[in-house]
Amino acid sequence: MAQVEMSGKDLRGRVQALLKEAHPDQVDQFTFRGKQWDHGLAMVHFPEGLGGLGLNPKMQGIVNDEIRKNAKTFYEDLNINPIGIGMGAPVVLTYGTEEMKKTLIKRIFTGEDIWCQLFSEPSAGSDVAGLSSRAVRDGDDWVVNGQKVWTTLAHVSKWGMLVSRTDPDVPKHKGMSYFLLDMEAPGVDVRPLYQITGEAEFNEVFLNDVRIPNERMLGAEGDGWKVAITTLMNERTALGGGSGRKGGGPIGTLMNLWKENSSKHSNASKAVLRDHITQLYIKSELLRFTSQRARAAAKSGNPGPEGSVGKLAQAELYKKVWECGLDVIGSDSLIYEPGYELKRPEAAEKHTPLTYAKYQFLRSRANSIEGGTSEIMRNILGERVLGLPGEPRVDKDIAWKDVPRG
Amino acid sequence: MDFAFTEEHEELRQTVRRFLEDKSDEQAVRGLMATDRGYSEELWSQMAEQMALQGMVVPEQYGGNGFGPVELSIVMEEMGRALFCAPYLSTAVFAVNALVLAGSEEAKSELLAPIAAGQSVTTVAYVEDGDWDVASVSMKAEKDGEAYRLTGTKSYVLDGHIADTILVLARAGGELGLFRVEGGADNLKRELLPTLDTTRKLASLEFTGTHATRVDSGGDQTDALAKAVTRTIIALAAEQAGGTRRCLDESTEFAKTRMQFGRAIGSFQAIKHRCADMLVEAEFSKSAAFHAAFRAAESTDEAEVRAAAHIAKSYCSEAFFNTTAETIQVHGGMGFTWEHVAHLFFKRAKSSSTMFGDPVEHREQLATQLGI
Ligand SMILES: Cc1cc2nc3c(=O)[nH]c(=O)nc-3n(C[C@H](O)[C@H](O)[C@H](O)COP(=O)(O)OP(=O)(O)OC[C@H]3O[C@@H](n4cnc5c(N)ncnc54)[C@H](O)[C@@H]3O)c2cc1C
Repeated sequence: MAQVEMSGKDLRGRVQALLKEAHPDQVDQFTFRGKQWDHGLAMVHFPEGLGGLGLNPKMQGIVNDEIRKNAKTFYEDLNINPIGIGMGAPVVLTYGTEEMKKTLIKRIFTGEDIWCQLFSEPSAGSDVAGLSSRAVRDGDDWVVNGQKVWTTLAHVSKWGMLVSRTDPDVPKHKGMSYFLLDMEAPGVDVRPLYQITGEAEFNEVFLNDVRIPNERMLGAEGDGWKVAITTLMNERTALGGGSGRKGGGPIGTLMNLWKENSSKHSNASKAVLRDHITQLYIKSELLRFTSQRARAAAKSGNPGPEGSVGKLAQAELYKKVWECGLDVIGSDSLIYEPGYELKRPEAAEKHTPLTYAKYQFLRSRANSIEGGTSEIMRNILGERVLGLPGEPRVDKDIAWKDVPRG
Repeated sequence: MDFAFTEEHEELRQTVRRFLEDKSDEQAVRGLMATDRGYSEELWSQMAEQMALQGMVVPEQYGGNGFGPVELSIVMEEMGRALFCAPYLSTAVFAVNALVLAGSEEAKSELLAPIAAGQSVTTVAYVEDGDWDVASVSMKAEKDGEAYRLTGTKSYVLDGHIADTILVLARAGGELGLFRVEGGADNLKRELLPTLDTTRKLASLEFTGTHATRVDSGGDQTDALAKAVTRTIIALAAEQAGGTRRCLDESTEFAKTRMQFGRAIGSFQAIKHRCADMLVEAEFSKSAAFHAAFRAAESTDEAEVRAAAHIAKSYCSEAFFNTTAETIQVHGGMGFTWEHVAHLFFKRAKSSSTMFGDPVEHREQLATQLGI
């Protein structure tokens, strides 16, 4: 993708033109984001006509800042459609047909169509290439059977990015294909799966004789792994950016908690906690700087394995930040106000900073599991970035059907 | 903007790297660290003549290149990578910054040009009793006609035993000033210290009524000299980041080639994951060091520059030390030998972590600044 040059001033001018036509404080989300897409200000690194202007991805920051400056309402991509925007859109852009690009990407951005990622299965998590769900060709369709698990947002999704086995007789990486699954199709059964907090962000998805038209395959038959990797690298880059603002995100909450609670602590614990919080502040800033540095150096196109640096660092850091949060809260951390009622998460949970910290203490345990575990990130950094040799593999050259599973 | 590296930056890096690979390989480092002098005068001159590195941040009107902290940090990062033995930190970083920020016009005209030309080793003597805070300097400068007489001891003076010019921080009345003493002055006892890190020489200087001239721009220089220390710390952090990356590279290379149990040790996760963690530390160190360098180059808010320096010194020190320790572990028995390069970095890491304030001290100051 050739990159277009545009000055920050010109870009801000375009945002002003957009805001004249539609203002987020006056129109609804779909209308505003639809106009933002039409103006090429949705994802500026996307091509013209597809929500972008072909600019360097870091220019999106200028657009977002300008909108924030001029409006009270700001729609965060992460709240609107995290999986669709973070992974669905780049994958459709890279592997989709012209028709798909035209019809799907805009609705991802506006949030009209929520997307989910149907990769993990009960017997295939880290080793997602070992998955067992089967897609069998039948006329112009594929018929899919199997079970997916941990599928975030499946219960509200219109589209799923599905990886399924189309050829069990070849080694595992070679026998998968990638489909766009209409979540409303007959045979798709979504059931809530409750997590450590009692909420169900994710689901089990059962697929029983689900028919998918052949033209909804992304990439060629057998190319599923390649397309999946593109998806995963986009996911990891999205999960490793830290907070956009100085002292924002988790560390900001922790520092506020400290202001309110520091007087409760003895001098000894004050000294220790103060140094600990400062260390966490430093790492939070460095996470932010490292992603700035990566963006400054980035060419356009899909991210590479280096994205795992931020993913690994952020996961490990955020767990520590929220652990420290409970230490700062002290004795009152014995209480868990939100309770453990089994339910779907509400769009806007009514948290105070205190209950939010307690909730995140639990929720952040997933940071080093979701989107690839920290161990898998270290494997990727070791092998794909540093070039260290892989482990001896017992499953590489044998047919998938002959690989032991459990 | 932070991290807006240019092609010229990359060229500078490549040129310095080639020069150091050529002139300062491990054998050269080992040769020099065993000497008292600690550097090669011939190489020092070449470095000035061919590359003009000593004058990186000397303003052009005083015979230098007039570059800023970012370019200086690129040079320091490469020197850290090569474990370069030379009085660069003392002369081209600390002394130049002290003169530029606190020096009188006359002192700048007289002292900066020889530094840029590679004809001088100049150092700054400020620490007494291991306190790295400029404000706590207590040495007295007694007026003696036009000149001054200094009495007291300065410790951990970088290259203090060989410097031809020593810039001493001392108090005239209540004012903190900058005083110039000749390296070979009477009533000055210079003692090379037996350092943990022999690739960087430190001396103790005992002044007993030593003749000195005042070379600052007049008035109390606490703020100006604190700024010079902050910029020295920022450059040092880049040197640490360079060392960290080098140790990661050494470990990775070894892990690819050392075979045990019929496979490269890098295929064992216990080793591979250590390398991956070191990679994160190397990347974060580079971000910390260059964020600080860009702030020093562009910010007009000194508090912001100081905060960036605290972040850099705290993080880069600990990451560098940890990486060198892990490098020894990854190399096994080989990593413990005198023959292997790991211990040189290990010692450099610990001592550069201690000098100019240790990580805990920098976090204490940052915490105070942030109101934590
Ligand atoms: C909150 C949350 C949301 C999620 N959302 C989605 C989603 O929307 N879509 C989706 O497809 N998936 C989703 N996942 C699934 C997630 O990708 C998997 O849980 C993850 O990849 C790990 O797989 P697993 O749970 O099967 O654990 P396993 O792979 O069984 O791992 C168990 C342990 O073994 C370790 N391990 C495994 N292999 C290796 C190895 N080679 N080397 C070293 N250690 C290893 C792991 O690191 C881990 O510690 C989600 C998970 C969570 C927690």
